[in-house]
Amino acid sequence: MREITYLEAVREALRLAMQRDERVVLMGEDIGVYGGAFGVTDGLLSEFGADRVRDTPISELAIAGAGVGAALTGLRPVIEYMFMDFMTLGMEQLANQAAKIHFMLGDQVSVPLVVRAPAGAGTGAAAQHSQSLEAWFVHVPGLKVVMPSTPYDAKGLLLASIEDPNPVIFVEHKLLYREKGEVPEDYYTVPLGQAVVRRPGRDVTIIATSIMVPRALDAAARLAAEGIEAEVIDPRTLKPLDEATLVASVCKTGRVAIVHEAPKTGGVGAEIAARLAESEAFDYLDAPILRLGGLDAPIPYNRNLEYHSVPQPETIAERVRDLVKGRV
Amino acid sequence: MNDKVDSAEAVASPLAALAPLTREEQIALLKKMYLIRMFEQKAEELYALGKVHGTMHLSIGQEATAVGAVAALQPDDYMFSTHRGHGHCLAKGADVSRMMAEFLGKVTGYCRGRGGSMHIADVSTGNLGANGIVAGGVPIAIGVGLSIQYLKQARVVLCFFGDGAVHEGAFHETLNLAALWRLPIIFFCENNQYAMSISTQRALAEPSIARHAASYAMPGCTVDGNDLVAVYQATRQAATRARGGDGPTLIEAITYRWRGHSKSDRQRYRSREEVEAWKAKDPIARYAAQLVAAGAMTEEGVRAVEAGARAAIEAAVAFAEASPEPPVDEILRGVYA
Repeated sequence: MREITYLEAVREALRLAMQRDERVVLMGEDIGVYGGAFGVTDGLLSEFGADRVRDTPISELAIAGAGVGAALTGLRPVIEYMFMDFMTLGMEQLANQAAKIHFMLGDQVSVPLVVRAPAGAGTGAAAQHSQSLEAWFVHVPGLKVVMPSTPYDAKGLLLASIEDPNPVIFVEHKLLYREKGEVPEDYYTVPLGQAVVRRPGRDVTIIATSIMVPRALDAAARLAAEGIEAEVIDPRTLKPLDEATLVASVCKTGRVAIVHEAPKTGGVGAEIAARLAESEAFDYLDAPILRLGGLDAPIPYNRNLEYHSVPQPETIAERVRDLVKGRV
Repeated sequence: MNDKVDSAEAVASPLAALAPLTREEQIALLKKMYLIRMFEQKAEELYALGKVHGTMHLSIGQEATAVGAVAALQPDDYMFSTHRGHGHCLAKGADVSRMMAEFLGKVTGYCRGRGGSMHIADVSTGNLGANGIVAGGVPIAIGVGLSIQYLKQARVVLCFFGDGAVHEGAFHETLNLAALWRLPIIFFCENNQYAMSISTQRALAEPSIARHAASYAMPGCTVDGNDLVAVYQATRQAATRARGGDGPTLIEAITYRWRGHSKSDRQRYRSREEVEAWKAKDPIARYAAQLVAAGAMTEEGVRAVEAGARAAIEAAVAFAEASPEPPVDEILRGVYA
C-alpha cells in the first residue's frame, strides 16, 4: 500500500473532509499562505480558497470562539493551534463554552468543533513549545480527546473527529509528523473510543500514547530479544477510553506499564492506572502498576536535558524488564 | 456614525424613530418591558421564599436596552446574552413559562433544568444563550457572524455584554477580528456602570466604551440606555449596516441596575441617593408616557398591559411549580451529543 507521512495523512484528511462537506472550514494562525507552522495545511488555501482556509490574528481566545460559534450555527470548523501550549490562551472558550454548551443548554445545540494541536518535546523548542496537555482536556466533561500515533490513525481519527457532533481535541505529535506509514487513499474513519493492540504479547502489557507508541514498540523489540514478550496497546483516544481492551490485556499478562510523555503527576497514566485497579484486572496483577511519564519539570532546552525529561525506548525497556523480573 | 445618535427627530416626536413598527408592535414592546420587570420581581420573591436553588442577576431598570435593541432585529437574527440575561431572552421571544421553569430547575425549562438563570437559551428564536462567564459569549459571536457570511444569509448577530466584559481580553480580540472580517455583528454594551462593585472609571483607562471602537476601525456610539427609542434607533442603524455587508458596530447604552450585582451584594460601592436618582429615570415609565403622549395608548391601556404581564407571570409560576424535576439518570446522557 501507499506510504505517506503522518503530516501528509493529517493534510489528506482535511482535504477529503473539505471536498466532501462544504461546511468544513479551517481557521488558525499562519495556516494559509504560510501553510501552517509545520506545513500541515500547505496547499489547502490554493485548493479551497481564503473563505475556507482562514488565517487569523494571534488571538487564540477569539479563534476558539470563532470555532465554537461557527460550530453552533451550521459549520464544521477545524481550528489549528500552532502549538498545543498556546491552547492555554484559548482555555476559556474550550473548557467553559465548547465543552459545556450542549449540556448546559439542555441538548438544544451541539458543538461539532475539532481543535488540532501539535504537542510534544524533542524539537529543542523548550518549555513553552513542547508540552503535552492532554490531561487538562481529558478532565473536562464534554470534550473528546484523540491522540493518533500512526499516519493511518491520524487520517482516520481526524475524519471521525470532524464527523463527530462534539468538540474534539486532536493532539498531534511534532516528532511523528515525518514518520511514514501505510495509508489508503480513500475516505475512511477510525472510530473514536477504540484502542488497538500494536503488538501482541503474553508477559506484560505496555499502554502507550502518541509518540510513546513507537518508543514502546522499540522497547518491546529489545525485550523480545531477551525472551520477554510485551503486548503494546495504543488507546488512540483518551476520551472516550476503551477500557475493555486495556483490562482484557492486563488480565492476560498480569503486568502493566503505562507510558506517556506528559509529566507523570496528574497525567492520563494516573487515570488509566486507577481504572485498571478498579477493574477485574486487579485480581490478575502480579506486580504493581508501573507508570512512566515525563519528569515533573518544564521541558528544558538543552538537547541532553530534553532527552532525559521524557521516556525513551531504552528507559521503557529497562523499567519494563524490571517489572517483569519482579524488581519493582 | 456620530458619537451621539442624532436625536433631533426624537425631540420633535419621541416615537418617530419607531415608525418602522406598527402601533401594535410598539405597544408589544411595552408589554415586554413589563413582562421582564415582573419576571424579575417574581424571581426575587421566589428567592425570598426559598424556592430558588441558585443565585440570580437582575436587570430591573435596564429593560429598555433589551427590548429596544431586540426590536430592531428580524426574528431569525441571532442573539447572545449575558449572566444578566432574563430581559434579553424574553425580548427575543422566549416563552415566559419555560423560562420560569428553568429558573426553578424544572425539566420543562429551556435547558431541562441544567442551566438555570445564567444559561437560558432558546435556539428556536435565535437566542444562543446567556453566559456565566463575563465576555464568554463575545468571541462566539465571531463564529456565528462567520457562519452567516459563509452561508450567505441575511442575518445579523446581536451580542449583548456588560461594561465588565470590556475589562476582558476576549472583548478586544473579538472586536478586532470581527472588524477585520467585516462580520455582521452588533456589539451591544449595556453599560450599567458597575462590574460588580468596580465602576467603569475604576476599571477602564478609557471609560467611554464607545471610544474603544476607534481602535478596531468600527463605528461606535453612546446612547441613553433608558430611552427605548434611542436604543432602537441605534441598533437599527447597526443592523442595517451589518446586513449591508459593512461590518460590526459598537453601541454603548448607558443604563443602571437598580438591584445589586447578585443576591450577595451589600452595595457598599454606591450611595442610596445615586440609586434613587436612577430609579427616577425608569425606562418603562418613560416609554409608557411617550406612548400615552403620542396617543398610542391611554393610561388605562397601560394599566391593562401591566395587569396582563402580571397574569402571564402568575401563569408561568404555576406552570413551573407544577412541572416535574429532571430525572437524575439524565445527567450523563446530556454530556455528549
